[in-house]
Amino acid sequence: MSELIRKNASELVELLKTGQVSSVELTQVHLDRSAAVDQDVHSYLYQSPETALAAAADIDRRRAAGEKLHDLAGLPIAVKDNLTTTDAPTTSGSKILEGWIPPYDSTVVKRIREAGLPILGKTNLDEFAMGSSTEFSAFGPSRNPWDLTRIPGGSGGGSSSVVASFQAPVAIGSDTGGSIRFPASVTGTVGNKPTYGAVSRYGLIALASSLDQVGPVSRNVLDSALIQDLIAGHDPHDSTSLPESLGSMADAARKLDVKGMRIGVIKELMGEGFQPGVMNRFKESIALLEQAGAEIVEVSCPNFEYAIAAYYLILPAEASSNLAKFDSVRFGLRVAPEGNPTIERVMAATREAGFGPEVKRRIILGTYALSSGSYEHFYGAALKVRTLIQRDFAAAFEKADVLISPTAPTTAFKIGEKLEDPLAMYLNDIATIPANLAGIPGMSIPNGLADEDGLPVGLQLLAPARADARLYQVGAALEKMHEDIWGKRMIDFAPELEVRG
Amino acid sequence: MSEITPDLVRHLAGLSRILVTDEEVERFTEQLSLIVDSVAKVNEALAGIDVPSTSHPIPMANVFREDIVEPSLTQEQALSGAPDSGEGRFRVAAILDEE
Repeated sequence: MSELIRKNASELVELLKTGQVSSVELTQVHLDRSAAVDQDVHSYLYQSPETALAAAADIDRRRAAGEKLHDLAGLPIAVKDNLTTTDAPTTSGSKILEGWIPPYDSTVVKRIREAGLPILGKTNLDEFAMGSSTEFSAFGPSRNPWDLTRIPGGSGGGSSSVVASFQAPVAIGSDTGGSIRFPASVTGTVGNKPTYGAVSRYGLIALASSLDQVGPVSRNVLDSALIQDLIAGHDPHDSTSLPESLGSMADAARKLDVKGMRIGVIKELMGEGFQPGVMNRFKESIALLEQAGAEIVEVSCPNFEYAIAAYYLILPAEASSNLAKFDSVRFGLRVAPEGNPTIERVMAATREAGFGPEVKRRIILGTYALSSGSYEHFYGAALKVRTLIQRDFAAAFEKADVLISPTAPTTAFKIGEKLEDPLAMYLNDIATIPANLAGIPGMSIPNGLADEDGLPVGLQLLAPARADARLYQVGAALEKMHEDIWGKRMIDFAPELEVRG
Repeated sequence: MSEITPDLVRHLAGLSRILVTDEEVERFTEQLSLIVDSVAKVNEALAGIDVPSTSHPIPMANVFREDIVEPSLTQEQALSGAPDSGEGRFRVAAILDEE
């Protein structure tokens, strides 16, 4: 295995700039790694080595010609398969879109191409990003590189596992209720959900439009900052795109200082239901932040108790509407029943064959929540709870600059363990969902290994809307303290994967 | 307890244009009953208080761009993913029943 694949993206960028490595070489070593391990990990739904190498060769040529290039030019990246790409199928993990080649690039992918980052492939996800484990992908689950019998989190388990198994230095994810942060937590990686509107959603296949946000996945905080700086910014194609810049995340990640910052511990996101090893590591990190000069305060967010309930009304309601576009007419699958069926019967047969169980459950639930007899009691009530959650955050951010909690109550569970128990599956996102409901940014960083199972634990940082830079500042500072204690990065504790032919 | 019955699941699936099997109806009835009972909890938070709704986390109003013509998909591109097309259009099954 080439040592190059273990390096942080920030180091690789320097090697590229100084000509110590070419983009073709760097892309090739990551493709080789996939050939060796992805049969087991199954991070990718699609890879085209020729396309990736051609993009890399183009950058190498332009660099040799003395052209002024983007800072990240030549750095390979993986992209979640719910972002449209004109040169690769985009399935969102669903049979209904199997083989679909979109006629346009998502804005995020367009920015990646313009900056000259070769795209290594499209990563696996739960169907239409509905899930916490990738087990609802129509194309089979991804596996956790720390233990192949366990889930890599979801929905972005392809993006978390691709980075954790050194098949890509960085990846793009999307987060509707924790789909970047939960996978990061269980794979010992970093993931950030930016402020709602910081990154364009144009070309992101919508799950719940008021909750979805695209963000970076990496093995360290600075690398995520570099990717967020690349993909963030106003996009006239997205009417919810923030008009203003949120500043440089990379600059914030380089400060490595938390002196005088007020850090709030959320009372409701600890204790009961949280695995002991998760809580132990969390308490240790609080102590580290305090030693580094931060002021630790306790905050209370009493309405978080209702966050999952509100989320599982708002999300299905929005999803049932968003997924109506899969109608067997304009793209994707068409299944025609016997005889001379009407278009309505073709649609129903197509959606029966093309959607998996979790997608059907949520569409039916959303249709129920929006139906005339139950609207006020369910969807209407959930929208009011959303206000209460925003108010909880507003009150907490009067006392604290940044809030912290464990990212998830447990470490990675076994594949199959929660598949037939939707409510148990939904509980994984108890700590991550409030940020999506409020539109604020949230980051998960590696927080050590749980005593009882030796598996990765994550710590979540939350900041007010538009204050993403604070997450990078505190996240990078805490990461540095951890690495000084451990003597290596968290990912360096991961066991070696078996390498095939 | 929730009011999710097999007939309601069939009705909702129909509204959602999803043909469901008897086995799915049985499983979804059981699972959705549990989920609906659980999410009804939102009403506890609202007991005795009146709060406005939030449909969008970061509200923005009147978002417009300059009225400039930009390139859009060609007819060929727009039809490129269609399961069936002809004469520059999407081709579909009969819209109306024979009766």
